[in-house]
Amino acid sequence: MLAYAAKRICLALLVALTVSIISFGLLRLSGDLAQALAGQSSTAADVEALRKAYGLDQPLTVQYLEWAGKVLAGDFGDSFFFKEPVAAMLAQRLPVTMLLGASALTFALVLAVPLGVVAAMRPNSWIDRLALTLAVLGQALPSFWFALMLMIVFGLTLRWLPISGTGTWQHFVMPSIALGYYATPAIMRLTRAGMMEVMASDYIRTARAKGLRMPTVLFKHALRNAVIPVVALAAVQFGFMLGGSIVIETIFALHGVGYLAWESITRADFPVVQAIVLVLASIYVVLTLLADLLNAFLDPRIRIA
Amino acid sequence: MSVILDVQALDVRIPLAQGMLHPVRDVSFAVERGETLCIVGESGCGKSLTSLALMDLLPRRAERRAARLIFAGEDLTRASEARMTDLRGNKMAMIFQEPMTSLNPSYSIGNQLEEALLRHRRIGRREATDRAIYLLEKVGITAAASRLTQYPHQLSGGLRQRVMIAMALMCGPDLIIADEPTTALDVTIQAQILHLLAQLQREFKMGLILITHDLGIVARVATRVAVMYAGQIVETGTVAELFARPLHPYTQGLLRCIPVPGRTKRGTHLGSIPGIVPNLIGDLVGCSFHNRCEHAYESCAATDVSQREIAPGRAYRCLLTAEQCAANAAKAAA
Ligand SMILES: Nc1ncnc2c1ncn2[C@@H]1O[C@H](COP(=O)(O)OP(=O)(O)OP(=O)(O)O)[C@@H](O)[C@H]1O
Ligand code: SF4
Ligand SMILES: [Mg+2]
Repeated sequence: MLAYAAKRICLALLVALTVSIISFGLLRLSGDLAQALAGQSSTAADVEALRKAYGLDQPLTVQYLEWAGKVLAGDFGDSFFFKEPVAAMLAQRLPVTMLLGASALTFALVLAVPLGVVAAMRPNSWIDRLALTLAVLGQALPSFWFALMLMIVFGLTLRWLPISGTGTWQHFVMPSIALGYYATPAIMRLTRAGMMEVMASDYIRTARAKGLRMPTVLFKHALRNAVIPVVALAAVQFGFMLGGSIVIETIFALHGVGYLAWESITRADFPVVQAIVLVLASIYVVLTLLADLLNAFLDPRIRIA
Repeated sequence: MSVILDVQALDVRIPLAQGMLHPVRDVSFAVERGETLCIVGESGCGKSLTSLALMDLLPRRAERRAARLIFAGEDLTRASEARMTDLRGNKMAMIFQEPMTSLNPSYSIGNQLEEALLRHRRIGRREATDRAIYLLEKVGITAAASRLTQYPHQLSGGLRQRVMIAMALMCGPDLIIADEPTTALDVTIQAQILHLLAQLQREFKMGLILITHDLGIVARVATRVAVMYAGQIVETGTVAELFARPLHPYTQGLLRCIPVPGRTKRGTHLGSIPGIVPNLIGDLVGCSFHNRCEHAYESCAATDVSQREIAPGRAYRCLLTAEQCAANAAKAAA
């Protein structure tokens, strides 16, 4: 397990390094930074002075190392638009996005795993067909359209839930469903396929031959093995959700990182966009790493190698 | 001795796209406490489905019917699923062919052993652990206590099959059904495991149904033998009677196939029975063996053959008289 973990961690660090180089490059490729900093009405001399002051005349590797050092220390520079530290802005917005992601994933798992189990128990029954229909719909509906439908039905017509803002937990219900629903088809189908395969295995026959009752057979012997691949999928889906939060947060005016990313793109506020790309990608890398480690922990063939 | 399992006219049918598969046909036998019944027959003749039918563990689509299915005085044809769950692993236990895949990879050996006992008895985990250690030692596993925390992938095939045997013994069952428990193992390990099973069966005075297609094994461990062909039992008898005076042409053919140490020369081609097993979909007309039988005559293809009992526990399924069968055997030997 230790060797395995060490290998995974090295791999994750490598990916993080690549991600950082890409997001560093993103800002450099967005045009002449010194020009952008100086603004439209600046003279050539002003631009040159800024270039020197910010070290933009240095070779790229030096610039990268300097920038990476600052990032590691939590310094993402200042926003072009607000002239305040990006780090502080992120610190304020990130919890909202993480909360949204976590509740969306919880919603997806709570809906998809039991449906997948039931569908696997009774293949081709009405409940299996219903689950399949939900899955097909989930993949066909664009998430912004689904979000708008939710808003119209539950926000405007029924007036059960607030349609925008971040104030209370009710504000998170519709965004979580809109964001999480998108992940349910994949999780459900993987659970169903996993359960079908596991239920046909020899050790399930052994469990039944021992006289174990159906709930024990299902939940202790089958589900435990069937969810191992679901764990990895859930981590990947969480990553997608962080990306998807840009759309959902914008629709529901939820003040998270996604909304900030959208605002910053429209304002050409590159330092903020860069920091968000970097942070979201790093979270994604960490999640995948955690999923791998959890996988290993769940499967003794990896844990005790 | 008392009969622990009494099976009369057991049938299994499985609906398939091509028609109704009828892989177990009119199977009858009895097992007494303290005896070993060996069921032998070629691959696909219905041995596994027969044993799964006894445990009520058939595939969901399969349909089981029996005139009589009595286990320890209880009519299993009327037993509910809840009642069967109480009996399985408790009074009747099963050992499967594939030791490599029959244990759950996610749980320790100890967990999987104890679970059977904790399910059926009101006892604590400590006692269950003690019983697991006791039985692991019984099945010849050294350092038993330290094995409990190991996982299946850390054990060899032979060890896993010993664990499966210990698992079957956890609740002290009256009957054990072992479905080809050694086919997946090395030859030397096979002998050890069979010897162990036979010894435990005597020690705990259980009934044992041992399924195999190895007649050498039968000769060593069986009390009685049932020969299966195309879903039917074609001959039963004590191991001594059946080996000395096989009646059914199929049994006679099988016995000619086994090499006899000292008598069969090295490199001699072993006799095998020509022809193919009939398709088990739909109804068979006539004797199921007629297309391969060297003694077949006109009636064989047209007349259904029922089991003829010539003495208690001695029966065969052939149109020929016992005398004619014995004469055929004598002719073939000469
Ligand atoms: N789940 C199933 N669905 C359809 N047919 C099946 C199923 N299980 C077994 N059969 C068929 O029923 C017949 C009897 O199978 P069974 O497994 O009982 O044979 P067996 O005597 O145990 O053979 P082996 O020595 O190879 O284990 C075979 O023709 C097999 O193909
Ligand atoms: S009934 Fe006929 S075909 Fe069948 S075993 Fe006897 S002799 Fe052979
Ligand atoms: Mg079999």
